[in-house]
Amino acid sequence: MRCFFGPGRDHGHMHAVARQQVEVLMTDRVMDFSATARQEVKGYKPFVEYFEETPLLVAVLTYMGYGILTIFGYLRDFLRDWKIEKCHVAREREEQKDFVPLYQDFENFYTRNLYMRIRDNWNRPICSVPGAKMDLVERVTHDYNWTFEHTGKVIKDVINMGSYNYLGFAENTGACAAAAAEATQRYGAGVNSTRREMGNLDKHEELEVLVARFLGVEASMAFGMGFATNSMNIPALTGKGCLILSDELNHASLVLGARLSGSAIRVFKHNNMQSLEKLLRDAIVHGQPRTHRPWKKILILVEGIYSMEGSIVRLPEVIALKKKYKAYLYLDEAHSIGALGPGGKGVVDYFGLDPRDVDIMMGTFTKSFGAAGGYIGGKKELVDYLRTHSHSAVYATSMSPPVAQQIIASMKCIMGEDGTNLGRERLQQLSENTTYFRRRLHEMGFIIYGNEDSPVVPMMLYMPAKIGAFGREMLKRNIGTVVVGFPATPIIESRARFCISAAHTREMLDTALTAISEVGDLLQLKYSRQKTPSLEEDAYLESQD
Amino acid sequence: KMASGQQWVLVEMVQAFYEAPAYHLILEGILILWIVRLLFSKTYKLQERSDLTDKEKEELIEEWQPEPLVPQVSKDHPSLKYDVVSGPPSHKIIVNGKECINFASFNFLGLLDNERVKVCALASLQKYGVGTCGPRGFYGTFDVHLELEERLAKFMRTEEAIIYSYGFATIASAIPAYSKRGDIVFVDEAACFSIQKGLQASRSVIKYFKHNDMEDLERLLKEQEVEDQKNPRKARVTRRFIVVEGLYINTADVCPLPELVNLKYKYKVRIFLEESMSFGVLGEHGRGVTEHFDVNIDDIDLISANMENAVASIGGFCCGRSFVIDHQRLSGQGYCFSASLPPMLAAAAIEALNIMENDPDIFTILREKCRHVHKSLQGIPGLKVVGEPFAPALHLQLERSSGSRETDMKMLPQHLLVCFQCLDRQIAVTQARYLDKEEKFLPSPSIRVVVTIEQTEVEIEKAANCIREAALAILK
Repeated sequence: MRCFFGPGRDHGHMHAVARQQVEVLMTDRVMDFSATARQEVKGYKPFVEYFEETPLLVAVLTYMGYGILTIFGYLRDFLRDWKIEKCHVAREREEQKDFVPLYQDFENFYTRNLYMRIRDNWNRPICSVPGAKMDLVERVTHDYNWTFEHTGKVIKDVINMGSYNYLGFAENTGACAAAAAEATQRYGAGVNSTRREMGNLDKHEELEVLVARFLGVEASMAFGMGFATNSMNIPALTGKGCLILSDELNHASLVLGARLSGSAIRVFKHNNMQSLEKLLRDAIVHGQPRTHRPWKKILILVEGIYSMEGSIVRLPEVIALKKKYKAYLYLDEAHSIGALGPGGKGVVDYFGLDPRDVDIMMGTFTKSFGAAGGYIGGKKELVDYLRTHSHSAVYATSMSPPVAQQIIASMKCIMGEDGTNLGRERLQQLSENTTYFRRRLHEMGFIIYGNEDSPVVPMMLYMPAKIGAFGREMLKRNIGTVVVGFPATPIIESRARFCISAAHTREMLDTALTAISEVGDLLQLKYSRQKTPSLEEDAYLESQD
Repeated sequence: KMASGQQWVLVEMVQAFYEAPAYHLILEGILILWIVRLLFSKTYKLQERSDLTDKEKEELIEEWQPEPLVPQVSKDHPSLKYDVVSGPPSHKIIVNGKECINFASFNFLGLLDNERVKVCALASLQKYGVGTCGPRGFYGTFDVHLELEERLAKFMRTEEAIIYSYGFATIASAIPAYSKRGDIVFVDEAACFSIQKGLQASRSVIKYFKHNDMEDLERLLKEQEVEDQKNPRKARVTRRFIVVEGLYINTADVCPLPELVNLKYKYKVRIFLEESMSFGVLGEHGRGVTEHFDVNIDDIDLISANMENAVASIGGFCCGRSFVIDHQRLSGQGYCFSASLPPMLAAAAIEALNIMENDPDIFTILREKCRHVHKSLQGIPGLKVVGEPFAPALHLQLERSSGSRETDMKMLPQHLLVCFQCLDRQIAVTQARYLDKEEKFLPSPSIRVVVTIEQTEVEIEKAANCIREAALAILK
């Protein structure tokens, strides 16, 4: 059974067809995968992803639900316009009433009528370390989520299934915190200047050397914000006359960086190598639109782990394509660095590939290192070029020293250079937690998306009312979860997303799972119609028989 | 019965056929022939039909050679080697191993190594750790953030404030949240790079007016009015904005805010004010250029500033009325899709605000020092001081600017040499850095001199003499 291949949008694949599809893919791939290439992929790692099709009844009910909400939305807008219902929406100033309206009413329809009703599931303030357990500030609303009041009480020891704390470095005690405290005392909190002017501290140079060593590349450069790393460096790398091939589900920062660069952008289906290959061939054969001049360069933008789907990029195939068609690869490892791979070195380590094959390795320090900021690593020419031409080096303040120190300390811990076994233990714990959690959720009958090894676990809810209900019911049972709806996901595919951490103990996971099962029964979320998978999966490379 | 009914209809039809006028029949005949033609003609795809054979395609793929990923950067590129600061970039700074007096970091109020600020940051670190591990929407909102937003709103006397985790991203996310494709933005030529990136991301129509030239702006507004008369329906949905800075980072002068407010009401344009250099500097209590000119803060639609200059922390904020600011909580890209500000940096900012509120004398002292520096730097042979006397970040430009960018650019290495000489004599100044090819209106090369409250009179005299001697040696 069991390996559902391909992206989640492929509806209508049942078991037998899926199996056939796997085999067909393999014969195509055989031509591209030479024997040596196959052997490079260590141990024929099984690549198992699940994207179960939406059950028909559920889809219909979901559309109906949105339809009813829309009708009620129009009704409420009507009542608000005619002052029958009290209007909480902020209004324009009297003196500026005759200006062109700042927002179109239609733009905010969704916010006013759908988002506002379940708004208490987001922006929940916390008042402790965002570790495995956290303390939430209690909020109440007396006017259906238009305004919140803090009661002054604190909800203690809520199990945190929402923060990106994969290796558990979000802590206020321990070696990393002590090092960061020392750096604060010595350097202060800010820097007050840019890298090219007077803001290049010795700490930054130390950090960059360490990051390069961690990733296995020649050099690296660090920036103060992960989002800005993408949006300010992609324009420095490509420009007019270049082509960017971007995955369908890329993060907003990659999309913004691609747009700001001025290059042509073409989108390929999520994680779909045929779609990517077709685009590459068309691009090289036909050249630029209308003039047919050849493209100056082609850049493929992919992410390590896609945070809304939980899927892992098919890196061996992407690299094979990249080499065949002489394109460049930009890998955004925001979620996968530190979380995948036996050494925690990301998706390249996970597949056992050579980091020199990836032209530009980008990642962020926010998730697995418990700090903030981003980095880009690669060959020395690349980093030299970025040092002279990156927007961030010239115009943006450099990274804060205590934050840089936290990264240095946590990275040394992961590499095992701090003299303890803590890094290795945590990596092991994360991988065990992930496998256990996913297996249990499958057994309970929920629809889970994504790759078996990814610590990001999206669980499908589908219906709009269940988004709000799930979040609230879980909080009642003292578990903090993240729920996501439109526009971050397609309109009928709302989901709850769990982020597993190495700091979670088996007991915490069991508590969480019991609660999830309870709420799942209460809200009828156990949609899955697959039989539960056993732990032995087919390896995707060996299904030639 | 059925047959007779059918026959009757047939007779009617034939009769109608005979009674119809000739042109009617001819027209219908032509239409029928046209439909037949369309049905049988070959369809053509809108995209190019590829007439290439597979073999030709393979050859093209073989032959295609991309450019190298990045062009080669020569080893002596002036920006390749950064000056390395060992230790904190405070008043006495160690640059490239030499201890100097700091005239280059934007530490206007000296809060970078203030003990109180450090203590608060440490306390916050012990409570929360360093990172927030999530964006604001997903357990990344800490009570410290909410407190900082409240304090900023109270300090600036607006309804609401919103914080970002990166100063550059603040205005670059704020502008595209309001101004979309089809809207019109009037922006000053000397606007800084983050404003330019925000404008580029917004895809609106951009109109530049000459720096601080209100007549030029009025001319553009009048032209727009004339355009509006031609198409009133479109004009009713096209939003207009003016984006200006309080104290310009590139020219160190102040925008004429009262005239801008007059223009705002006359032509119904909204004002976005970028106050990174003037927050914590201008005004009696440090509230910025609105306090400096005594303008009602509600007249400005959005004020954006970064906390990386006077406040000596990291990040930025926007403040204004809730009607305007609340929108960014769902549409500000740098707010929704990015991790929130580390709580220790927010705590440092709160303590900085406390100091600013308790001790408003520091702004007067800072302005005095700025005037002193401005006066001391006058009369340097070959260099002229650009900027207002009360601006804390001044520029020293070539006195006799040739007017052409190329000749000025040739003088760049000389600017660098002046900076190096100053560094040798233990005065840290830096050349103002720009990305030459990316700026819309590249400012002339200059040396940046920053005034901080910690500089003593003796040090200012020493710096002025040092720059004077270096300029004499190199520029003559």
